[in-house]
Formats: sequence, structure tokens, C-alpha cells
Amino acid sequence: MSEAKATSEGVGSSVLRLEDNRYLRGRGRFIADIRLPAMLDVAFVRSPLAHARIRSIGKPPAHESSVFVMADLEGVQGIRADSGLPGFRSSVQPVLASEKVRHVGEPLAACIAETRAEAEDIAEMVSLDLDELPAVVEMTRARDPGMPLVHEHWSENVFLETSVDTNFDAAVQGAAVVVKRTFRTARQSMAPMEGRGVVAYWDNVAEQLVVYTSTQMPHIVRNGLAECLGVDQGMIRVIAPDVGGGFGYKGILLSEEVCLAYLAMKLKRPMRWIEDRREHLTGNANCREHHYEITGYAAADGTLLAIDCDAIVDSGAYSAYPFSACLEAAQVASILPGPYQFPGYRCRTWSVCTNKPPILPFRGVARTGVCFALEVLLDAMARELKISPHEIRRRNLVRPDQMPFVNITKKIFDSGDYVECLERTVAALDLPAIRARQAAGEADGRKIGVGLAIFCEQGAHGTSVYSGWGIPMVPGFEQATARLTPDGGLELRVGVQSHGQSLETTLAQIANEVLGIAPQRIKVVHGDTALTPYSTGTWGSRCAVMAGGAVAAACDVLSSRLRKIAGHLLQVDPETIVLADGMARGAGGELSIRDIGNIWYRRPQDLPADVDPAGLEVTQGYKTQRDTGTFSYACHAAVVAVDPELGSIEILDYKIVEDGGVLINPMVVDGQIYGGAAQGIGTALFEEMRYDESGQPMAATFADYHLPGACEVPAISIEHMEFPSPLSRFGQKGIGEGGAIGPPAAIANAVNDALTPLGVEVDTLPMTPGRLLAKFALARDKSEQLA
Amino acid sequence: MKPVRFEYAPAATAAAASVLLARAADGAKTIAGGQSLGPMLNLRLARPPALVDVSQATDMRTARDEGDAILYGGAVTHAEIEDGDVPDATPGWLASAARRIAYRAVRNRGTIAGSLAHADPAADWVNVLTALGGHVVIARGSTLRTVALTDFFTGPFATVLEHDEVVAGVRVLKRGATARWGYWKFCLKAGDFAKASAAVLLDPDRKETRILLGAIEQPPVLLTDPSAILEGRRSLADVVRQAAPHLSDESRTLHIAALRRAIVLATSGAMPEVGS
Repeated sequence: MSEAKATSEGVGSSVLRLEDNRYLRGRGRFIADIRLPAMLDVAFVRSPLAHARIRSIGKPPAHESSVFVMADLEGVQGIRADSGLPGFRSSVQPVLASEKVRHVGEPLAACIAETRAEAEDIAEMVSLDLDELPAVVEMTRARDPGMPLVHEHWSENVFLETSVDTNFDAAVQGAAVVVKRTFRTARQSMAPMEGRGVVAYWDNVAEQLVVYTSTQMPHIVRNGLAECLGVDQGMIRVIAPDVGGGFGYKGILLSEEVCLAYLAMKLKRPMRWIEDRREHLTGNANCREHHYEITGYAAADGTLLAIDCDAIVDSGAYSAYPFSACLEAAQVASILPGPYQFPGYRCRTWSVCTNKPPILPFRGVARTGVCFALEVLLDAMARELKISPHEIRRRNLVRPDQMPFVNITKKIFDSGDYVECLERTVAALDLPAIRARQAAGEADGRKIGVGLAIFCEQGAHGTSVYSGWGIPMVPGFEQATARLTPDGGLELRVGVQSHGQSLETTLAQIANEVLGIAPQRIKVVHGDTALTPYSTGTWGSRCAVMAGGAVAAACDVLSSRLRKIAGHLLQVDPETIVLADGMARGAGGELSIRDIGNIWYRRPQDLPADVDPAGLEVTQGYKTQRDTGTFSYACHAAVVAVDPELGSIEILDYKIVEDGGVLINPMVVDGQIYGGAAQGIGTALFEEMRYDESGQPMAATFADYHLPGACEVPAISIEHMEFPSPLSRFGQKGIGEGGAIGPPAAIANAVNDALTPLGVEVDTLPMTPGRLLAKFALARDKSEQLA
Repeated sequence: MKPVRFEYAPAATAAAASVLLARAADGAKTIAGGQSLGPMLNLRLARPPALVDVSQATDMRTARDEGDAILYGGAVTHAEIEDGDVPDATPGWLASAARRIAYRAVRNRGTIAGSLAHADPAADWVNVLTALGGHVVIARGSTLRTVALTDFFTGPFATVLEHDEVVAGVRVLKRGATARWGYWKFCLKAGDFAKASAAVLLDPDRKETRILLGAIEQPPVLLTDPSAILEGRRSLADVVRQAAPHLSDESRTLHIAALRRAIVLATSGAMPEVGS
């Protein structure tokens, strides 16, 4: 990084976050901060059973007019998110269930009252006559003959089955080593700090339904609301206020959104529903649950020949809008090969339907599970081959001279040096010192281990990728509007939504890079369908590349218009003018951007005769040069201590070396990686929503659903490599999700390294003391039998 | 979720609280810091028609030195014990235990008597104060009775308290410089409820040796023949199996570890906060 760059506020500078002024002072406005006159609170009656036929829902006689069931929602359609992939089985998620309930927590009735407590009082009085059915709970048994059907008109509990075979039989010929493992990841709750919430009201003046909702994708929510309510899009305005974390949990059209929108239109009173943590945990544990049977084939020197995998994803009861029930499993098949090259591949996936909440893509989407399965398998293969985990990776990683690299599932890696990433991570660890410590043993009897995980993260992939899924949402050109204000400030309008990504800062930095206007004078407007260009929103690590590219594109056009006016006034060629530090500088003179704004808006008599009449407000669309996505990647390394008496795991050290391409704001990227890694540690060690055999969730509070806290997240060291992406405007790569991908694999490999002397291998997430103790007992029994 | 409607009355003293409870509808409850009751109210698991708030009861907010013991007012908070705002009857053991109760936010409000009256078998004070031979002072109107903690808990989340009784205070005997103590608990993460705990008290001056097994889904158990355990004459596995036969294999494993580590702490002179 050059000296000049370090002091600028453009691309590459760790500008302090502009949004922190309100966030850190507690002045943000989140959904529950919105109070409207005459607003009513909504409490939902939710299914206490996982699977049941609804005989009747009885409204309490004294509160009949305050309780709404599906029959009361005239003309409202259920939520449908079909995939165009062949064989996809369609489900309709009712806004309020009326015939059957298919998971605990599914809404059955909406109760309205002056306060939430009173609405809950009414909800308690609603009588439910449910005929309980056997539930489909265990994903590996969902396809068994004789299992009850979650959707009766289906022939089996499968949304989608996929199969891919590339050169498999030929590739495995002559394999010296064949290693097979079974892995399992737990169902999780995403647990953003702020849950979901909706405030809806009818605006008499605009004749418009206004829906405030804690969402990552306001424009997509508007699409869905219009479809379900059967009204024109122009009748709906969706606003995302400050949103306290999303992670995918808010990348969805909610039945609660549809219901509140209807009630607000019908009753002409503002309606509010704020999800509480109990609703969140018991009714919306909706991510990450995978099962893998995976086999690796390698030559004697550790060269990978093929991977074979049967993967099951527990997709829950319905296909969620817009990502559908099959995104996760179909992703598994396409990303399983990770950053490795090998000639043979076979993968079958099943998106199975169960009586659990519909699955949603959580930060990293399928990658966290895939990385865990593949990387832990690789270590098992390395042990079998008697080579180091370092060596087996080095031997099989894609090499820098192969870029751009097309892998076995036709993913196009844009740039980077994966081997260098691995080497730098290993160097950062001081592996010899760890091995020496391991050999010496710990005074307290704990076992030390070190583990590696390397992965890539496709981000900002666009039309060509998503049109293939055939889901209700396909990203196209990302648009941004840049508007100079009469006093030389800038307004940026983007359809993506910032809910922790710091976009109000980083997009301002990008505009600053092009226009030289100070970020403090740049206002980023987002999260409002009335004010921003259409966008699929914030997901898939796409904002820095797509919204950033769109902002730059709009600012480029604005720049040429500014320079044209400045050139006229300074009597120089506009092409020679440079915009920097709020000034337009040409040979022999300069003019402030404030003056240019003032002239366009307030002194048009000074404009050149051939000025562009479109003025100083520009909307531009942007796509990357090829829309197959940027590939950021990282190597994670964990050093752990395992207590053989307690089964507990302490992370002693954690290192990350990553390539996010050119970093717009390195401090923000570090923040994303720290936060993601904390969530990955949750996946690795703590987070698990268990269900009993009748489909009842076993945790209703954070006392039972464990999230990592400050004490459980170590001080993580991050090193950046900045191989520019050739596809994006500044060489930036999508990086928002990566932190959450690596930890389960790195930690599991470290634990297995520590436990090799005990003959124990972990295969299930999270790695709780209970699971480890059970493994220890099993290993003891086995060794006693042998003895 | 939000609580069902309830009446609320603050009490100026323990005696006044008792009178308010006596007058209140059946099922009225005492609230102090509300760190356990609050969530239960919100989840509608507790539905008391009335709450009597003792968090500002003046006679429950201070600690009194009684010479041989300290009498802690029931509404003294964990944070006040942690910070030394009240005297420690022991050589720092109470402050050390307090420091590892849940999180600071909980400790700022949670109270010593609230924890005991709630009687969660995994709670720190339930186990620590029982191991130290603590007594609760219970107010009914202006009448006080004293009950040893070994007799106070009748089951998980159950005590001998009558509906109009309030835990006004907790009496903890002073422990001198020759006394030794080990308290060890296993938590899945910092601030979590213990999955297993054990405490060991060796007080040669008072000729007391006590070993407690806690977080056993039931009130804690004081182990019989503690000297035999300390001298290694009984296997810890047998001891745990006998004292808490209902525990699962996993839980028993953790309790054996807790017991062994508490013994090490008490007998090696190591700092008591060493642990999980």
C-alpha cells in the first residue's frame, strides 16, 4: 500500500465507520423502536406440534374480532418458492396454517391487542384441536419406506434429488488409498442480535401499504408481498430500518410479513409484530443441518484422484422464499471440491423434507458443512497415507499458474495463490514449536492439537449462476444512483441493505475514490423500495463487488459530467481535470465540487451550452466482467487443548490468512472475519438445536441454546493477501461470509490431531464435551476388548 | 413473550414483605434482582398474581458482622460480594465464587437470597453456602427463624419456605487463615450454569471437613466420611455413584472430575479460581 493511499479516504483506507455515530450512542432506529399512533401489537398462536392435522381453531368468544385465521385473510395466497431444477417438488407455505401444521412454531392465528402482553393473553385463549401425526424428524430416515409424508401429495419426503458424476469410475482406478467417513452437522439458529420484526400501516395519502421489516432484501419482500396479497407493487412500500444482523435469517419473505400487511390494509391501523427469542429458537432453528457419507481416493503420494459423496440436507417443511428448499443441497454438490483439483467426482444430494422449520442459507451457506466434511476427510487421508495435513493440501490445491482455473464442477476461480495462503498460515503457526509442545505433553494432562482448513468462497455471482437454479430471484444488473447535492455533497441510493456490513462507509469510500468527495459528506440511502433502485438485496457476499461496482459506475458518469462543467469554467480540456479533495483541478486552475453543484442547480446561466441535460443525478447498472463470481479464499488454523477428563476444548490460538482481493476498508473486512469466525466457533463447539422424536425443539432460551461468548472466542490473528480479482471494478472480492466457513473444519482437525494417540476422531458438530466423552468411552471399550 | 398481568408492591423491610405476601392472593412471589424470576415471568412459566419486591428492603441490603459470623442481608447482590462492598466471611472465597456467577450484568442485580430461594441445583450460592455450613434467616412478619441450608432445600427449585416467608438474610460462619477451600464447577462456557460442581472445606480450627457434590439436578449432597475420600480410601467413582445414583454416564464423569479437582484445589493451596 502506497503512502498516498494510506492517508486517503478512498479504496484501501480503514476509514472509521460513519454509521457508528448512531450505533455506538444507542441512537439507531430498529424495528422495535418504531412507534406509530394507534398501533396494535400482534401475537401469533403457533403450533405446539411438529406434525398434525388441524381439526379446528377456536376463537375465544370475548375476543372474536381480535383473532384472525387463514379463512379471514381474504384473497391471500400462500408462499411458494419453486426451483426450476428438474424434479423439484413444490410446497406452499401457508401464511396461517389451516389444514395441517408441519413444524413446531408454525403460525396458526394472529391475535391483536393494544399491547403484546394482552395479545398473548388472547392467544392463550385460542383453542386448538389438533390431530397429531407421526413426525419426520431424522433427516437420514426421511426417505425410508413407510415414513409419514410431510406433504401428502408427494411420493417421498424429498424436495429435490441431484446427481453428478464426472469421470468417477475411470479416476478411481489404481487408487492406493480409499478413506470413507460419515459426518454430521447440527441444526442451528442464526441468532442475530435483533430478531425479526414487522410494522405495517396503510398510508392514506400515498394510498400505499408501508411495511417496515427487519430484512436484508426489501425489494424481494415487495415482490413476494405483492404476489401473496394479489396487489400492485405500486401499492406497497417496503422499508428496512436499522437492521441488527441478518446472516441469512432475514433473507426471506415471512408469513408474518404477509399477515401483518393484510391486517394493516384491512383494519387500517398500524400493526406490529416483534419476534421474541422464544419464537426464534423454537420456531426458526433453520440452518446448517447436513449429513455426509464421503469417500476420498488418492494415489500413494497423496495426489487426490476422486471424491464421492452422498449428502443429505434437512430442508425442513417448506421451500422458503426466495432461496428455495434446494439451494443448500444443490450448493453442496457444486462446491464440495473446494479449492482442490482432482480428476473424478461423484456426488448425490437429497434435500429432504422434515417436520422442522424451512432451511435458510446461513452465512457461508452450504460451505461450512462442506468444508468440514472435505477438510476432515483430507486429514484422515493424510493419516492413512502417513503424510502431513500440510502436505496433502499443498499437493492438491489449485496453483497460481492455473488461474483462471475451471474446476471439476465448472466453477471459475478468478485469481489468487492458494498454496501461498497455506504456506503463510503454516508459517504463522510455528508448527515445530507446537509439535515439540505436543511431544512434551501438558502439565495439566490436556492434549494439544493443531488443525488446518482451507476453502474458497464464491461471492457476487450473478445471472448466469442463479438463472440455473430457477428460483424466484435472479440477480441481474446491480444499480446505484449518485446525486450531487447543490452544496457539493453526495447522495448514493442503493437497493442492497446494510445490516452490519458497514456499507454506509465502504460505499462512500468507493464514491470518494472516484469523485474525491469526503466520505463524511456522502449519504448512503438504502433499505427503502421507494427511494432506491431495484436490487435482490444483501446476500451471497455480493455488496462490495456489486453495489460497490454500481456506485463506481454511477460516479464515473457523474465524474465526467462534473469535469465537463469544470472544463468549461476553467477553460481546459475536461479530460485533463482531476477530481480530488472536493476539488476539480485542471491545468492552471481549480474549482470546488461545491461550486459545480451550485452552478448546476442554482446558477444554470453559467453552464456550457452543450451541458448534459441529465444533470448531476446518475443511475447506472453494473455487472462484473464475467458474472461467475469472485473467489476469495482463506486458510484457517486452530491450536486446541482437549481435556481428556472433561471432553472440553479450549482454542489456544487461531490464525487466518485470507485473500479478499483489494480491500475497500481493511478494518471492516477484519470485523467481518472476526464476526464470521465467532459464528464458526459456535458451529464447531456450541450451537445445536436438538429435536426429540416427536419434533419438539429442545431449547427455548439461550440458557439451552449455547452461543459462544467473549470468553470462548480467542484473539484471532488475520493476515491479508490482496490478489486483485480481474472481474471486479477495484479488484475486490466478496469476503463477508468466509469467516464462518473455516472454524468447524480447522477446530475438528486440531481436535483429531490432539486425539490421535487416543484413537478418537470427531465426526459430528458441535463437538460438545458430551460427544467427546462418549467417543472416549467407546475408544476405551474397544481397547479393552482388544486387550 | 410478555408476562401475564400481576400486582406489584415494593416492601421497605423483610417483615413488611412477609405481611404483603400474607395478604396477597395465592401464588404471590417475592422478587429481588429478578434474574431467574424475570425470564420465567416473560416466558409465562411463572404466573404469580402479585410480586413483592424486596430489592430495596433496607434491612436486607446490608451485611452485619456478628463476631463469629457475617449475616448477609438477603438483597445483597452478587456484585457487592464480588467487589468487597460487604465483608467476606471467608478468606476471599465468597468473592471468588461471586465473580464467576453468570455475567456481570446478572451479578449487578441478582441477590444472594434470591439465588437460594430459587433453589436451582446448579446455582453457585446453593452449593457454596451449603458447603460452608450457611444458615438462612427467614422472616414471617416480625418473627425470625433460622434454618441450616442442609435443611432448607427440599428438591430442585423447592425449599421449606412458606408462602408468606421471606429469606431475610444468610448467616455464614467466619473461616480463618488455617482453613482450606476448593470449589470447582464445570460449565460449557463462561457464565453458563454448572453441569457439575463440587466443594471441599477443611477447617482444622473448627474441626470441620465437608465435601459437597453439586449440580446434580437435586439439592446438593454432603458426602459421608469425607476424610476417607480425602485420604484416597474411597474411589471417587464409587463416591459419586453412591451420592448421586441418578446421574447419566456423562454427568457422572463430569462430577468425578469436579470432585477430584475441588479436592486438589483445597489440598494443594492453589487459587480457587483455577478451573474450567
